[in-house]
Amino acid sequence: MKITIIGGGIVGALLAYELSRYAVDLVVIEKKHDFGLGVTKANSAIVHGGYDDPPGSLRAELCYKGNQLYEKLAESLGIPLKRIGSFVVARDTSEEMEKLSELLKRGEKNGVDGIEIVEKPFLEKHEPHLSKEYKYALHCTHTGITEPWTVALAALEAAEKAGAELLRGDGVIGGEVSKGNVRSLELESGRIIETDLVINAAGLYYHEVANSFGVSTPQVYLRKGQYVLLDHKASTMVNSVIFPLPSEKGKGKLVVPTVDGGVLLGPTSENMPDFTPEDVSTTLEGIKEVIEAGNELIPNIARPNWIVKSFAGLRPETQEKDFFIENSNTLKNFVTVGAIRSPGLTAAPAIARYVIEEILEQRMSLDLGRQKADQVRTLKSFRVNESDLKEIAARVKDDEKYGRIICQCNQVSEAEIIEAIRKGARSIDGIKFRTRAGFGRCQGGFCTWKIAKILSRELNIPLSEVRVNEEGTVLFDGKVRV
Amino acid sequence: MIQQLKTGVLVIGGGAAGMAAALSASRAGVEVTLLEREEKTGGVLNQCIHHGFGLQFYRQELTGPEFAYRLQNEMAQHSVKIISESYVRHIDTKNKYVEVISPEGVFTIQAKAIVLATGARERPFGALQIPGDRPAGIYVAGLAQRMVNLENTLPGKRALILGSGDIGLIMARRLTLEGMEVLGVVERLPYAGGLTRNVVQCLEDYDIPLYLSHTVVEVRGRRRLERVLVSEVDDNFKPINGTQKWFDIDTLVLSAGLIPQVEDLGENLEIDAINKGFAVSNTCETSVTGIFAAGNNVAVFDLVDYVAAEGWIAGQNAAQTVQDKKRTSKRIPLIRGKNVGILVPSYITPEEHLRVYLRLRKPMDKGTVVLKELNIEKPFQYGVPSEMINFVVNRDKLQELKKPVRIEVVE
Repeated sequence: MKITIIGGGIVGALLAYELSRYAVDLVVIEKKHDFGLGVTKANSAIVHGGYDDPPGSLRAELCYKGNQLYEKLAESLGIPLKRIGSFVVARDTSEEMEKLSELLKRGEKNGVDGIEIVEKPFLEKHEPHLSKEYKYALHCTHTGITEPWTVALAALEAAEKAGAELLRGDGVIGGEVSKGNVRSLELESGRIIETDLVINAAGLYYHEVANSFGVSTPQVYLRKGQYVLLDHKASTMVNSVIFPLPSEKGKGKLVVPTVDGGVLLGPTSENMPDFTPEDVSTTLEGIKEVIEAGNELIPNIARPNWIVKSFAGLRPETQEKDFFIENSNTLKNFVTVGAIRSPGLTAAPAIARYVIEEILEQRMSLDLGRQKADQVRTLKSFRVNESDLKEIAARVKDDEKYGRIICQCNQVSEAEIIEAIRKGARSIDGIKFRTRAGFGRCQGGFCTWKIAKILSRELNIPLSEVRVNEEGTVLFDGKVRV
Repeated sequence: MIQQLKTGVLVIGGGAAGMAAALSASRAGVEVTLLEREEKTGGVLNQCIHHGFGLQFYRQELTGPEFAYRLQNEMAQHSVKIISESYVRHIDTKNKYVEVISPEGVFTIQAKAIVLATGARERPFGALQIPGDRPAGIYVAGLAQRMVNLENTLPGKRALILGSGDIGLIMARRLTLEGMEVLGVVERLPYAGGLTRNVVQCLEDYDIPLYLSHTVVEVRGRRRLERVLVSEVDDNFKPINGTQKWFDIDTLVLSAGLIPQVEDLGENLEIDAINKGFAVSNTCETSVTGIFAAGNNVAVFDLVDYVAAEGWIAGQNAAQTVQDKKRTSKRIPLIRGKNVGILVPSYITPEEHLRVYLRLRKPMDKGTVVLKELNIEKPFQYGVPSEMINFVVNRDKLQELKKPVRIEVVE
């Protein structure tokens, strides 16, 4: 059986990874130039506790499960995972206390262990820089942080190793349907992909893709979240994920340590009036709002000198406020995994299992063959930054490029950059998301030209063709002297 | 496989300050090792192909590469050991012990004194909190300069410069000369950030407009930069309604300030809250004995001549530490008074001449620098924050000092 997954974000990637353990042929189609650069790229990067999703929803069912599955994922794929815990903080008012107990109850209904309400002394000990206004908190010990795009890239790499075909920079523009089945998909490049089953995991575009095949799905609207990233120095002020009390608009604006030592503030929660899936622009008000909210939780954390960058991401929302994971009534071999809004990152591993077990095997009665044992496939590249001096010395002895540090802020060597290109990086951002080169406090001021030259050399293209990300994002316009 | 090295003075950074420090320490007769992260020493001088360097240090006008070449040449004659393309992974300031990664291998270096000459970095676009898209085509000025002067590549066709620091002014001229259209230089302050001579020679001579009290408030372009919105700002840098204007450009060059590189260089090194660099005495010693710092990681200087001169003093004092020459550990605070912004040094050690570098907090038609405790008054005319006031107090005048010295500027 040939299965085609449309979308190479976290959901498509983990589906491909899980499906690659069955006797099926797999193709993953990503329309952007690289994988994991849509919704996957710009979110809070949290492996949520699972306590605040509405009981009975698919979100609640899959969030905690996903959280627990991350352990195995980290082991198998070598992705970063730090269970740093979280606090939802509340002031000493009856209204806020009530909301906190509600949250605890909701968590218990969702079957979540490891949550309890803690008081000030505990809070102060764990988060000494937290605003003194907060007296109580819901503590969740299994809340974690990860690097979403690394999860997607590692999962896809493992799937590819197991035989999956990965296509990118090529979107689906149509297909052939006959007798209630999609027979083939047509791509922008003109390529035709014949298929027995289509899984629509197109992120922000799930509704569009489904529509183009006449499949009805809940209407999508976009919600924007703006973020501010702080320097590593800010990480001295926070140890866990800090949430305000949740509201109608979501989990609120958080303070989140990142796996590589920075701190993320945000997001805002703005409903977009139109469907503008490529508009990830920031606004002055948004940035200000995020900074103020961060400072409200942890006073003085968002110092002007610590602000590294601001950015925004979009999330697919629906009226139903829940994931939409269904096989189509009209097309027999078409499955939509859509509306994967928060906590999509956390739920993603459980979503993949749900699609396989609940949708494909149960509802569609497909025979995927026997699942192969989960083998540990550590694909993690060597990182100078995470290695001790002896290991580095051994590497450098074999290959001097491990000793040539290109990104000084994040300690990334030339060898790691070449490895990233070998694994599929084709742009400055491709390198950045795979190695963290250019992600540091100088934001590539010192290393961009070096990375551009390595890309030019390794891909055998002129500097004028080196791109930041998508087509047209060139850095060099021509020569000074011919 | 980790190679263990020993040295007298270890200099970290091979720009103007580091080279001068290595040279002076070596001339004083101690063994010197210099760690340089690029293939060759010289730092930003290598890409500053314009002239205007060396008038004080060499009493001759040189280009950046010429200035660097002189120091490189002299270092070679004094057998300074240089480890190029090296990265300092860890510094133990107390024990003067450093871990280094380089293509040649991984080293630990036990030194007797260390000179930190790590320079400054440019404030990146992300730190400016400008809303809008995140397209390609936005460069810090140093990156644009490197591309044009050393890599033979042009960034685009139509540019705007944000920030009027010296490198921004220089790049406005450079890009114009290389055939790009430079629509202007935008500066949020009511005065230029760079030297007056650069405003005249780089902008006025080429009819490039300087928009004072203006800034970029929005950036647009999905892939490559397409346009930016420029607005006039009030005294609090708040955009003034009705003054906005779009500029169609494919290139935005940032010259929005330099940040001393003081991070991850070891513990217990005091940072000056205003300079944002290492708090040093006039011997260039930091708050940790035997660790010296000089150049733009102490404060952002105007001229490479100042940077080299300070590096030279740092090297001399580091050499004396190695040679166990008797040195006092006296550090008398030099305290900022009225109208004083950037100020070097932060402490006074009486055994060395006191070289004062200060920036005014605002432009002044005339004023007087006053060090009451030392009975010094230095009048000046037409002072601007972009040009440092610099003078030397002979060490003879410092011998009786016991109490902190206050420095202020009266109008």
